[in-house]
Amino acid sequence: MLNKSQRKTFEKIFEGLLFSSSTVTSITVIFIIIFLFSEGIGLFNSKPIEKEYFIALNETNPVKDISPSDIDLIFNQDVTNWSKLGGKNDSIILFTLNNITDYIPEDSLGVNLEFLPAQINKFISSNTGVIAYFPDEYKPEKFDAFILPVGNVKVSEFLKGKNWYPTNQPAAQLGILPLILGTLWVSFGAILIALPLGLATAIYLAEVADMRLRNILKPLIELLAGIPSVVYGFFGLVVIVPLVQKTFGLAVGETALVGSIILGIMALPTIITITEDSIRATPRSQKEASLALGASRWQTMVRVIIPYSKSGIAAAIILGIGRAVGETMAVLMVTGNASVIPHSFLQPVRTIPATIAAELGEAPAGGLHFKALFALGIVLFIITFGINLTVEIIKSRTKRA
Amino acid sequence: MKKLIYIALAMLVSANALQAQKTTFKIKGSDTCLPLIQKQSENYMKKNTSTSIMVTGGGSGVGIGALLTGTTEVAMTSRKMKLDEKLKMQDGAKAFKEKIFANDALSIIVHPSNKVSQLTREQLEGIFTGKIKNWKDVGGDDLTIVVYSRETSSGTYEFFKEHVLNNKNFASSALLMPATGAIVQSVSQTKGAVGYVGLAYVEKSVKDIKVSFDKGKTFVEPNVANAQNKTYPITRPLYIYYLTSVEKTITPYIEFLLSAEGQKTVLSEGYVPVK
Repeated sequence: MLNKSQRKTFEKIFEGLLFSSSTVTSITVIFIIIFLFSEGIGLFNSKPIEKEYFIALNETNPVKDISPSDIDLIFNQDVTNWSKLGGKNDSIILFTLNNITDYIPEDSLGVNLEFLPAQINKFISSNTGVIAYFPDEYKPEKFDAFILPVGNVKVSEFLKGKNWYPTNQPAAQLGILPLILGTLWVSFGAILIALPLGLATAIYLAEVADMRLRNILKPLIELLAGIPSVVYGFFGLVVIVPLVQKTFGLAVGETALVGSIILGIMALPTIITITEDSIRATPRSQKEASLALGASRWQTMVRVIIPYSKSGIAAAIILGIGRAVGETMAVLMVTGNASVIPHSFLQPVRTIPATIAAELGEAPAGGLHFKALFALGIVLFIITFGINLTVEIIKSRTKRA
Repeated sequence: MKKLIYIALAMLVSANALQAQKTTFKIKGSDTCLPLIQKQSENYMKKNTSTSIMVTGGGSGVGIGALLTGTTEVAMTSRKMKLDEKLKMQDGAKAFKEKIFANDALSIIVHPSNKVSQLTREQLEGIFTGKIKNWKDVGGDDLTIVVYSRETSSGTYEFFKEHVLNNKNFASSALLMPATGAIVQSVSQTKGAVGYVGLAYVEKSVKDIKVSFDKGKTFVEPNVANAQNKTYPITRPLYIYYLTSVEKTITPYIEFLLSAEGQKTVLSEGYVPVK
């Protein structure tokens, strides 16, 4: 047996342990948020062209400023004449490391490329329509060309841009509007499907179903939460995608709708469990009082039980949406991931988590693409935070009323 | 108690000694090469029990990056090392060697019910960049074209963009799939679908298409023989890059890859032998 002082020290130690674990948790969360923001904010201090590269034009070219999206149009050969960018009527010549040997024989560059800078200078100054893209180390010492100034990535371009081609060279296209809309679209659909279904099931389980049925159903539903999301994704791809395609007569089955259905199913266990628990927490006295006043079971449910468990239902919605917004793998597999702005549920969409998951592994650490993905993470964080805040506000209002 | 500790220590030391005799190296890089190199390494380790090889994927760029930072000795890639990557290797004073160990051919696949059975490079460019939107424009039924592609960061995506699309962007409406298997699955269940996958992935559930890179004069069927005699145009070599400093350990492995047995594995795994 412990004596009194021993028990006291034991309690102190225990208290300390509890305190330190809660501290560690909070510090970890704060650390992750700081990490996310510090990596992501860096995007807006970097240029949309590769680090240590330059874009140069012939000195006589009147065009002195080209936006990143126009640079992409040029290198995509959609714009092939300078007149379209306010220059002279002169066709554009692309000049990069990829095609340099089309213009200059490889052996005249030197074994260790020591003659490359001089050759670049010669080629740019002798061709009026050229646009060149090379690493800084080949910048000729005496350079007779105009080096295009490139500004940093702008927040407005990032949020409002409609093209997501993060690996394009020379100018990466970092417009995330289609991704934001895709995420919201899919999550909204998921809640639309999961909420009525989840609420109905929870009420049935808590109030209508008899004990035996409930003991079978509840573990079954909770089992849904334990299935890995890849399995959901594969199920969606093989079963629901062809089904949706046939039912609506679509060209493609991978659509926002399939994503919503899968996410809806995945959010169900969360919504059902939390809602049911809060419905069960309704004091027996209130229920019995309602019934004693002559209210039917249905009236009691609608007028007494649901209003009482409002905050629990709100919590279920938050966590359900949280799961839907952040879910990655299942969505990655079924929504088609085309970065277009969605106009209906029957179109392919690309969500933010799917984009981060698909691209982060291959993005060179610390590079522009990497930072852009972290900036996407911030946007996702803000969306989830906003949803939580809204539900909290609604909850506190209903409590006061 | 003390005895036990001594025994444990002795075992640890001897285990370490055994470990030291083993030659170990890492291979990292392209996911396209991964299944083949994995198989080759397993076979190699069965024969040479004193060698242990760790093979990991991640992508061609990741492999070369790891070679540069020294976290791997060997990189496998589905594209040639880029000029600026070579420069970085030069800057880091890392001497390296390059070897082609197999070839890979990309097949263009469509739904089996599709009437179209051949396409030119120009038509492919139009389809994948989104300028051609309906199969009737290339001799098929009146059906919307659905383009499937790999993710932007994959080496296959880059190769296809460079060699088939003439460096133009994929259509933004293209569906980007996380894995080659997913492309096959989707193409097999979508009537208007078109996608590109490695020869090894073509199944009966999809139909492959003959292509022409000489403006429609000759159309070539994607198969191992045509890829081997270089008549099939969408073929790419697969490379191994290794540091000269570990040449001694790697050379027997490379020899094994290029041996008759190694090249047989190349064929049986669905890739195209070098010889």
